[in-house]
Amino acid sequence: MSETIVSLRNVTKRYVRGKQSVHVLEGLTLDIPKGDFVALMGPSGSGKTTLLNLIGGLDTPTSGEITVAGQRLDQLSSSGLSHWRANHVGFVFQFYNLMPMLSAQKNVELPLLLTKLSASQRKANALAALTLVGIADRAKHKPNELSGGQAQRVAIARALVADPTLLVCDEPTGDLDRKSADDVLNLLQVLNREHGKSIVMVTHDPKAAEFAGRQLHMDKGALLEAAGGPGAVAA
Amino acid sequence: MKYFPLIWATLWRKKTRTIFTLLSIVIAFLLFGVLETVDYAFSHPSGGATGADKLITTNKYSITLSLPFADIQQIRSLPGVAAVTWFTWFGGYYQESKNFVFAIPIDADSYFDYHKNEFIISDQQMKDYVSTRSGALANVALMKKFGWKVGDKIPLHSTIWTQKKDGSLDWTFDIVGTFDVKDPTQASAQSSTLLFHYELFDEGRSFGKGNVSWFEERIDDPAKSAEIAAKIDALFANSSDETKTQPASDFALTFLKQLGDIGFVVHAILGAVFFTLLFLTGNTMMQSVRERIPELAVLKTLGFADGKVLGLVIAESLLLCVIAALVGLGLSFAALPVIKQGLQGVDLSPWALVPGIGVAVLLALIVGLPPALRAGRLNIVDALSGKR
Repeated sequence: MSETIVSLRNVTKRYVRGKQSVHVLEGLTLDIPKGDFVALMGPSGSGKTTLLNLIGGLDTPTSGEITVAGQRLDQLSSSGLSHWRANHVGFVFQFYNLMPMLSAQKNVELPLLLTKLSASQRKANALAALTLVGIADRAKHKPNELSGGQAQRVAIARALVADPTLLVCDEPTGDLDRKSADDVLNLLQVLNREHGKSIVMVTHDPKAAEFAGRQLHMDKGALLEAAGGPGAVAA
Repeated sequence: MKYFPLIWATLWRKKTRTIFTLLSIVIAFLLFGVLETVDYAFSHPSGGATGADKLITTNKYSITLSLPFADIQQIRSLPGVAAVTWFTWFGGYYQESKNFVFAIPIDADSYFDYHKNEFIISDQQMKDYVSTRSGALANVALMKKFGWKVGDKIPLHSTIWTQKKDGSLDWTFDIVGTFDVKDPTQASAQSSTLLFHYELFDEGRSFGKGNVSWFEERIDDPAKSAEIAAKIDALFANSSDETKTQPASDFALTFLKQLGDIGFVVHAILGAVFFTLLFLTGNTMMQSVRERIPELAVLKTLGFADGKVLGLVIAESLLLCVIAALVGLGLSFAALPVIKQGLQGVDLSPWALVPGIGVAVLLALIVGLPPALRAGRLNIVDALSGKR
């Protein structure tokens, strides 16, 4: 049995909005093995983004245990989570979230500012990441000079550059046309199959989910599971 | 330093807004530099007789009221008074009113006795001066400024004294020599000085004969200045020309205060300027951070801790304010020679500009802290979901 990269035990998440308490996740238990490519699907409000945020260390559970890459996230402070994220997680967002005033290369270098690498090393690593995602020729371009697909590749390069343990993707193809979306998904599949990256991806798109090795369905804060699509890795 | 490219790029995210904000700060600090330099000069006068052994005796009620010249005999006779001379304001300029000349009608013996060892004058030129009734000694800087030479006949226009022979305000002097000062700190204050004979002046003026603006005393023991000052004033108590005697340094300040409370005016103006700047720059920083909330949230997702994000915003504010302040203060430094021309005899020190850096840092911290705190406390999930 392969090592578990993500482990949730009886995780609950509630938000307080004014006088109301909103229950988003209730008693959720989940294991994701290392090297898995998991797609989280479900209707709006099902809690999939909240679950992603918890796995990525962007939020903390109301109760329960979350262990990612061997670290109990529910026990970390805010600064501890920051440090953990810098070393273990790469994020890919639906709207890329690149810094508009920085070039592609400088965007990819951002996570490396938190390391002790020299300027030349940061540059070299950033270019290597851009090469990996097939967009090194656009290194000097600003985000407004890139297409959606290209911008998302830069975002993926930024997520990879610090060699994270886990890639967390929130609707990575949500803002892309079909072809660009397929290119990005193929890239994620390559990173998973050939580079062994563990990936957790939230998506509304059933076609995108087919690229994952496993699909998890959520509804009303609870977890269901479906069989893997054509792109799934055999158990 | 590794964060500098990120901070610099963030600063220029909205070029027009940044340029206008920078210009506002530059102008504010240009004004600060100029006004603070002037205020500093007026509150720390270095010109004239300001030594610890020097006293000035003026009319008790106003320095614009004169004193009888005859009073000098009583002052001279006081024990502890080493030398006495007198001063009358001539108010002169050369050709145009902007060419101010600090022309002083002097009695050579008492004046140079009072200013013992302060001047550099050649013996021959001193002899020529003493022997030439219309003779004048001009400061070397003044000679250079107007291109005068020894032997020139120089007309000076007095703003006060008409000549009794023709009612003219124009007085003509023969430049017979030049002088310089030994103390370099006095050079600026004396740079517009021209000395001429009191006799020529007193006999030639159509009114005020026998009266002087004030007396200047040099005493033997500076420790007794208060005592001797009181004794001088006691000589003329209950007379029609009561006096007020004070140390020369205090007098310099009093004299300048005749122009008004410079310090209050300067600080009132600067207070208004910086109060406005605080809101302007603070609003710019707040707006800048508000626009970048999703980006700041992304930095946090990448692992930038709350303190680091706060620090980035503060650093941005510091960069903006300090750079602009340096430009503004630099411009005011460059403007000093021009200001000196307009304030003849006032010694302007560039050191007055140094506190400007501290003011810039303080401004940066005040305007930068609220948005920085907001950025530091940003909730990542809320900030990112706000973008959708």
